[in-house]
Amino acid sequence: MSTLSAPSSSSPAPLSRVALWSLLAVPALMLLGYLVLMDNGAVSQTGAYLHELMHDGRHLLGVPCH
Amino acid sequence: MIRTLLVRGLLYGLLAGFAAGAFAFVVGEPHIDKAIALEQATASTEAGHSHGAGHSHGGGNAHEHGEEVGRGTQKAGLFLATALYGLAVGGVFALAYAGLRGRVGPRSDGALALAAAATAFTAVILVPFLKYPANPPAVGDPETINDRTVLYLSMIGIGLLATAIAVTAGRRVPGGPWARWPATALAFAVPVTVAIVLLPSVDEVPDGFPATLLWEFRLTSLGTQAVFWAVFGTLFGWACDRAAGRSRGVPA
Repeated sequence: MSTLSAPSSSSPAPLSRVALWSLLAVPALMLLGYLVLMDNGAVSQTGAYLHELMHDGRHLLGVPCH
Repeated sequence: MIRTLLVRGLLYGLLAGFAAGAFAFVVGEPHIDKAIALEQATASTEAGHSHGAGHSHGGGNAHEHGEEVGRGTQKAGLFLATALYGLAVGGVFALAYAGLRGRVGPRSDGALALAAAATAFTAVILVPFLKYPANPPAVGDPETINDRTVLYLSMIGIGLLATAIAVTAGRRVPGGPWARWPATALAFAVPVTVAIVLLPSVDEVPDGFPATLLWEFRLTSLGTQAVFWAVFGTLFGWACDRAAGRSRGVPA
């Protein structure tokens, strides 16, 4: 459980560190979000497969689906 | 510390995604099934539907979604979609939380997590929903999907922008909470209202589509997101508070 343990201090995280982590992680997370919610083959190159597989989730999560 | 928060966001995002998936499966799938049945009935009565040849919604008996991926697989895909959505959203949320913590909002770690989750739900889910609500299968013209996606994303941007304006304005208003909170709410509501009035409306509900089914589907869709953000905010806040208590040597 060590990875889930505390931010040990109550001081704010330095913004430069937040920016660095964001630069690394956010593009990957956005790509994942895009593939789940919006891809219709343009990026994934799987044709309509992702659209079909994620179909019910897209509708119920509220994004425009088709 | 940021890594800890990121792992926490990914993990609890995934869990909250499964919870939202369970809600959507039980409450939402019956509405989707009904909408697809209606779509198929319409398609079989009017062959060569005006949706055009490029899209198989109007192409005879077989519903588009039944061809490449079966309905059973799509219902399993629902859980995959909500879980991966939770993973992505949880990660981004955790990084935003790391940036906000100690700078904006409540001082308590748990309270900040709950406040941030409620704000995110309002700005990123509720604001776009008010202008461009979720649609069941059979509603929506596939040829306008790109425009509608851009408009939907614009509303997310406007929700986030209005939040930034409201927080900035609220912090600058002198006087007590009875001045600060109404000012914050107003600074949020005005840009959102202006955007809702100015942006083009989308009206692609086919004639004869049952209004009750549309309303129930939309409510379920909002409910799915509400379940996600409530579960995620609670788990993330609980973990942050527990961790803060442990680092102070106090049992949480």
